Amino acid sequence: MMQGNEACVEGAIAAGVRFFAGYPISPATEIAELMAEKLPRVGGAFIQMEDEIASMAAVIGASIGGVKSLTATSGPGFTLKQENLGYAAMVEIPCVIVNVQRGGPSTGMPTLPAQMDVMQSRWGTHGDHPVVVLCPSTVYECYVLTIKAVNIAEMLRVPVIVLSDAIVGHIREKVVLPDPGEIEIVERKKPLVPPEGYLPYRADEDGVPPFITYGKGYRYHITSNNYDEGGFPATNDHKVAHALINRLHAKIEKRRSEIIVTEEYMLDDAEVVIFAYGCTARSAYSAVETAREQGIRAGIIKALTLWPFPREVFRKLGGRVRTVIVPEMNMGQLVVEVEAALKDNPARVVPLNRVDGKMITPGQILDLVKEVI
Amino acid sequence: MAVHVDRYLRLHKMPHIWCPGCGNGIVLGALVRAVAELGCSRDEVVVITGIGCSARTNAIIDFNTFQTTHGRALSFATGFKLARPEMKVVVVTGDGDGLAIGGNHLIHSARRNIDITTILINNSIYGMTGGQHSPLTPAGSYATTAPYGTLEPVFDACRLVEGAGATYVARGTAYHVVLLQRLIARAISHKGFAFVEAVSQCPVGFGRRNKMRTPSEMMRWQKDHAVTVKAAAGMSREQLRGKILIGEFVNRNLPELTEVYGRLIREAQSRPGGE
Amino acid sequence: MLTRYSIELNHAWCKACRICVDFCPKKVFGVNESGRAVVVNIEKCVGCTLCELWCPDFAIKVEGSEQSGEAS
Ligand SMILES: Cc1ncc(C[n+]2csc(CCOP(=O)(O)OP(=O)(O)O)c2C)c(N)n1
Ligand code: SF4
Ligand code: SF4
Ligand code: SF4
Repeated sequence: MMQGNEACVEGAIAAGVRFFAGYPISPATEIAELMAEKLPRVGGAFIQMEDEIASMAAVIGASIGGVKSLTATSGPGFTLKQENLGYAAMVEIPCVIVNVQRGGPSTGMPTLPAQMDVMQSRWGTHGDHPVVVLCPSTVYECYVLTIKAVNIAEMLRVPVIVLSDAIVGHIREKVVLPDPGEIEIVERKKPLVPPEGYLPYRADEDGVPPFITYGKGYRYHITSNNYDEGGFPATNDHKVAHALINRLHAKIEKRRSEIIVTEEYMLDDAEVVIFAYGCTARSAYSAVETAREQGIRAGIIKALTLWPFPREVFRKLGGRVRTVIVPEMNMGQLVVEVEAALKDNPARVVPLNRVDGKMITPGQILDLVKEVI
Repeated sequence: MAVHVDRYLRLHKMPHIWCPGCGNGIVLGALVRAVAELGCSRDEVVVITGIGCSARTNAIIDFNTFQTTHGRALSFATGFKLARPEMKVVVVTGDGDGLAIGGNHLIHSARRNIDITTILINNSIYGMTGGQHSPLTPAGSYATTAPYGTLEPVFDACRLVEGAGATYVARGTAYHVVLLQRLIARAISHKGFAFVEAVSQCPVGFGRRNKMRTPSEMMRWQKDHAVTVKAAAGMSREQLRGKILIGEFVNRNLPELTEVYGRLIREAQSRPGGE
Repeated sequence: MLTRYSIELNHAWCKACRICVDFCPKKVFGVNESGRAVVVNIEKCVGCTLCELWCPDFAIKVEGSEQSGEAS
């Protein structure tokens, strides 16, 4: 038996994370507490910083130091992390942020679940930045998606967010963790050229520049201002800015198929499809089970990757599906993306929203399924 | 003879972008010479900055360098140092960067006694953004956001970090550049959180608006107003009014964070269940 | 031996701030028509190197014999 937050910790350590900086906040605190206990045992370091801005900065600093790094937070803390999350996106430093969502805005409902940070996880920091967001709905997924998050971060030099929630973070489930030997672990790409020939931001074909930490003969500069391949400010250079911002996005777009994970259930003959993610997907599954028992042809698309948004999965729906229901514990955030993905499909998109800190129940979903059928 | 700084510069980044007579170059020279004097290798030194004119110090020096977000350099440095305790970490910050937006990080870095050397270039103003008042703009001075003169008092950055737990604290000026270099060298060799305030001049953002029309006038002000800690011991309060103390204020040895954490790691790993 | 020290000025870096001109204890520097520093009194130089330490633009190099006993 393991809690979701604990599974994040186990996943992180299995993926090679050896640095954590954080600041206490419900419902994410267990991650910090467990990291404080476990990291020194595997030779890593934990630090409780003075706030979330500093935690995010410390995580990036440690990652520049060559160590896989992670932080965890919720609501108000996630907002504070945005400043340096943008820095990580801009200067391409691998790092992982676990956001165990709670009800907002502001301090809101500190211990109750919500899915209100979907858009903030994508657009929370200023500027048109790249980011990857993964979303677990079970304890096991907390484990595997944290590993995946670390791997993507290291592979693409991007901040990756694990968007958990108070339900998934706190629920206890029986999980069988894979053997350490079975886990794929990605290390950041090292330069193949000697220090004299190294340009820290000259990207390979895949859009990702090789990365080596300091102290190994490669001395270089990092700046958050618009920068050239040499890593130096080119603050008002239009051409450099154009190429940089495009590359930062392209490196993710090129790897969509590796990044995007979705799960389909009973989709083949479905007339009603529920698009769900996070804790809400749990209710969706049980609603579809019941619907099927009652002869209703309902199916599920579960998104484990929220950003980049898995629009390609909707191509499979064809013309048969009449309605796509999008239950979310917010006022309707991803539903907009679903509508966009289905703009050439006659299927109707129906939101189901709940913002009172209670989970959307299977019954609520089932009722809506019956209503739209 | 002096160490020629150009040996440590990224020559393709020169001439640098600072205004004529800006004290940042003098402080940077003192830092580079201090590193050279200590015989550190370029590869083991990491210089981290935040945002502001002060932050431009590291792009032009051939060490390991990164510029971070406004006020946060010490937090980045804390993560870096914990990840790489063997590296010599130096943070260069400004009076706005280090004391306004970054004040809390400064206090806590000092409290942790983490082995980071912080050089705070105090030019009494926000230079990069064009001359707004900072926490160290003397009361009554003019700034673009204090067109009638600043109303707020300043605080003493050295006493602040001393109170917060820094184990090395000193102040120099751009004018007293030989002393400044010596203080920076001591700060870097010190094991623990070391803080050096470098009183400097921003002729463009501060001097112009405050009846000091040239860089030399501003440096003369430093010369005339600085009193060494030693000399101050024999002076009355009245005599010290309006003066700035220079020299070493604190130099003590206390447990340093990365060393203490290193010990914790060794103990945790030797326990059953450790790797 | 009239001149024990030599001064190298890098005009590509000098920004004409006059710090060397105003603070050299021996008044070794003057300025040219563009305001940049020029050496006008090298024979007075005592090799204290302060101009080099003060120049914010790293435009001055003082060279000389170490044995002179006057170098700091
Ligand atoms: C979060 C944030 N707020 C504001 C700014 C704008 N800004 C850039 S530099 C600066 C002031 C720097 O002042 P100081 O630390 O005194 O440095 P100086 O330029 O004088 O060296 C400000 C406010 C910013 N870059 N980031
Ligand atoms: S604005 Fe002031 S601090 Fe900035 S470069 Fe110019 S003189 Fe220096
Ligand atoms: S101090 Fe340096 S920059 Fe200023 S005038 Fe002299 S040589 Fe030029
Ligand atoms: S070394 Fe001293 S005396 Fe000689 S030019 Fe420089 S400041 Fe003047």
